[in-house]
Amino acid sequence: MAQPILQIENLHKKFKDIEVLKGVDLSMQAGDVVSIIGSSGSGKTTLLRCVNMLEEFHQGRILIDNEEIGYSGPQHKARKESEIARQRAMTGMVFQQFNLFPHMTALRNITLGLTKVKKLPAEEANSIAEKWLARVGLRDRRDHYPGQLSGGQQQRVAIARAVAMNPKVMLFDEVTSALDPELVNEVLTVIKDLATEGMTMLLVTHEMKFAFEVSDRVVFMNQGRIEEEGPPEELFRKPKSQRLAEFLKSSKF
Amino acid sequence: MSELPQFASELWVSRWAIAQGLGTTILISMLAIVLGTILGTFVGLVLVYSRWVSRFLVRIYVDFVRGTPVFVLVLASFYLLSQIGIQLTAFQAGLFALVIFCSTHVGENLRGALLSLPRGQTEAAKAIGLTFPQLFVYVLAPQALRQALPAWINTATEMVKASTLLSVIGVLELLLVTKQIISRNFMSLEFYFTAGLIYFLIDYAIERAGKAVERRIALPT
Repeated sequence: MAQPILQIENLHKKFKDIEVLKGVDLSMQAGDVVSIIGSSGSGKTTLLRCVNMLEEFHQGRILIDNEEIGYSGPQHKARKESEIARQRAMTGMVFQQFNLFPHMTALRNITLGLTKVKKLPAEEANSIAEKWLARVGLRDRRDHYPGQLSGGQQQRVAIARAVAMNPKVMLFDEVTSALDPELVNEVLTVIKDLATEGMTMLLVTHEMKFAFEVSDRVVFMNQGRIEEEGPPEELFRKPKSQRLAEFLKSSKF
Repeated sequence: MSELPQFASELWVSRWAIAQGLGTTILISMLAIVLGTILGTFVGLVLVYSRWVSRFLVRIYVDFVRGTPVFVLVLASFYLLSQIGIQLTAFQAGLFALVIFCSTHVGENLRGALLSLPRGQTEAAKAIGLTFPQLFVYVLAPQALRQALPAWINTATEMVKASTLLSVIGVLELLLVTKQIISRNFMSLEFYFTAGLIYFLIDYAIERAGKAVERRIALPT
């Protein structure tokens, strides 16, 4: 088996005294699409945020392309800010609340990272950004500000902003939860397209049908642990654990 | 009605004095705003981003200055600083007081603006790999400055008004010049009104200019 692109080993995370991740192991190959499901408070969003160091963690290791993220060595020594910033660019993240920069046009939202982090010349950054805007169907919105776009359009720009950086892994954190129902599909379609093209993706989602369709593997988290993991057909059709069965029943899949 | 020609001639006689007083008022106000804004920017940044010791000290500075009348600050910097061996002219002492005052307002305002930005902005900027200095310059500051501008304009007009307090320590700004003119010709109503009108025009100009800038940088929706 090839070297995993993302490897999470024995991850522990505490908020004050409450342990929200109690030893999580997860491994992904390049091109894998993995969905994390589970009820709120199960630690799935926290797990995702640890992967790009938006959350610190206290024990365990995360490796992306064999490089340890955020910390180094058995002493779990925190890396320098500049190192962490460089490592964060190895993943792309899309947020529930879009988080576009409201004072920048759609195009500039995408080129910011390309010019300031990747140090690309402006013309190259612009052409990459335009390519991705076209890919998410927003070629004609390049000069619009986020305030002039619908939620679905904003989220598609946010996806373009993340993938334009050419990350090794894309992280999606409940990206359709803040959208009106009629706007959900345009965003899911974009994500599906990326999946078909072989983008490595880790998704936290409440869209069970979507998780079923898009994922190579589904992970069910419960109380800070991975309770069950497997191909979507098995996990959704033949849940082994009692909790997963209950969860699936209550989430109207 | 016979007083109107007399007022006109008195005004003509004192035109240079008024112009000079006006010049001093504008100079003091501008220096206070510019220096106070520079100092206030540091105050705001410390209040938001520094470690607790420096944040605590600056917090005391801000609360102390904001809890003190500007007038007392002006008197204190003129009379007290010389007591401890710092010899300042009335102009310097008055300017010092105004800069201090301005810096606390700008600092608090900037702090509020920075803290009002959603956390997601910082997170999204981090997620694409920006370092803190980069994300501050490109993401946070442009948004915070838009937020802070209306209050900053308000502070600027306050500084023009506060500059009148320097008349008490003998800085020949517009109000003190006006008083001197009145002591010569006793036309207090006319000349106080004139001074009031000039102050109004300065602040009105600042407000209009500020509104114009606000419109210019407003984000399209």
